Amino acid sequence: MRYVDEFRDVGRARELLEQIRSLATRRWVLMEVCGGQTHSLLRYGLDEALADSVELIHGPGCPVCVTDTAVLDLAVAACLRPGWVLAGFGDMLRVPGTKLSLLQAQAQGGRVLPVYSPLDAVEYARLHPQLQVVFLAVGFETTAPATALAVLEARRLGLANFSLLSAHVRVLPAMDWLMQASVRVQAFLAAGHVCTVTGFSDYHAFAARHRVPVAIAGFEPLDLLQAIYACIRQLESGAAFAENCYLRAVVENGNPFARRLVDEVYEPCDRSWRGFGEIPQGGLRLRPSFSAFDAEARLAGTELPHPESTSCRAGDVLAGLLKPPDCIHFGRGCHPDTPLGAPMVSSEGACAAWFRYHPPAVEQQSADV
Amino acid sequence: MCLGVPGRVLEWTVRDEIFGRAVVEFEGVRRECQMACVPDAVPGDYVVVHAGLALCRINPAQAELTLRQLHDFATAADRSSLPAAPSEAG
Repeated sequence: MRYVDEFRDVGRARELLEQIRSLATRRWVLMEVCGGQTHSLLRYGLDEALADSVELIHGPGCPVCVTDTAVLDLAVAACLRPGWVLAGFGDMLRVPGTKLSLLQAQAQGGRVLPVYSPLDAVEYARLHPQLQVVFLAVGFETTAPATALAVLEARRLGLANFSLLSAHVRVLPAMDWLMQASVRVQAFLAAGHVCTVTGFSDYHAFAARHRVPVAIAGFEPLDLLQAIYACIRQLESGAAFAENCYLRAVVENGNPFARRLVDEVYEPCDRSWRGFGEIPQGGLRLRPSFSAFDAEARLAGTELPHPESTSCRAGDVLAGLLKPPDCIHFGRGCHPDTPLGAPMVSSEGACAAWFRYHPPAVEQQSADV
Repeated sequence: MCLGVPGRVLEWTVRDEIFGRAVVEFEGVRRECQMACVPDAVPGDYVVVHAGLALCRINPAQAELTLRQLHDFATAADRSSLPAAPSEAG
């Protein structure tokens, strides 16, 4: 595929790996922010190939993983209501809520509609006027334009049976949170597709504020290696600035059309992140002018299960404090088929990535069976 | 979640400032995508599609430049020069 295959060139990747190894005078600690990048790094074995030069810490960039349990519980409650349908991305279906995942709720009679595009949920609502359709809007700034478009389409069609549960999160406030929490990160590989929307102008101040190099990174092996090289080059020279290494898709100010869509429908708000707690300005909520589409208001008064303590250490994994294989549950009580937490479920979760690409030894898996 | 897939724009099906759509091909698979964020795209352009919405056009010149730079610095004899921070940074 064009713009994919050439950025997976093995020969160039080997040369870049060698460059990085010869550039690094010590082992630097880098965080890749986005879960898609985590999967790519592990899939191509870049973490192991660079183990002597770079320690890669997996960041919080898996929206499915950081979606607050209370939001998921509300979604579960919605799908169990007679005449209601919960539409959402497939990634969310198996994430454990307090009592049930959406898939388990479906097995109990709940109506759940997996969709590829938020517009598909609007179309479903149009075709089923007798049903209340709630779209569970998770995702970073990358996804917000698509869900904003869905709200605008529902308004254009005058749909009274479509609403949206906004669980959108914003990545830069979370990076600030991590730096203030003194996570031992020396440089960031920033999330490339978030930056296609937002641009990276705000990252200059972030890099200066925390004296930390930032490289905007794509998702293919050469993109990631280029960004790692850029970070190490900065670290070795004592520089700390924001550098765009995803030139074919990202420009300084992002996509003005996408930003306008998001700004029209959403406004920043404080948001509770699963495993982190509340992050100031860490989310997006519907603007008051779109309150008619606010599912939370429609579901006000819904009785939700009381939060239960869990032994899952997803918060530590998402904050880069714990590597998945170092968790006592990894491959034992927690497995992709029986996940304790979201990072073992999501296609972008760090635990799922480790399980897939560095599976635990069979003895360990069977020890607790 | 933030997966973005490059695809080639084949033809516009709906021209609209907000709700414009076009058929985009991904390795032989065709799908109609929302084009609100890439109103200037023309058939033949590559776009990055996420959740059914084209997020940006891929800049072919920049892609070529990146590959050339990767090639150049992967084969460069002198790797000692380090970059200075851009003056506008911060």
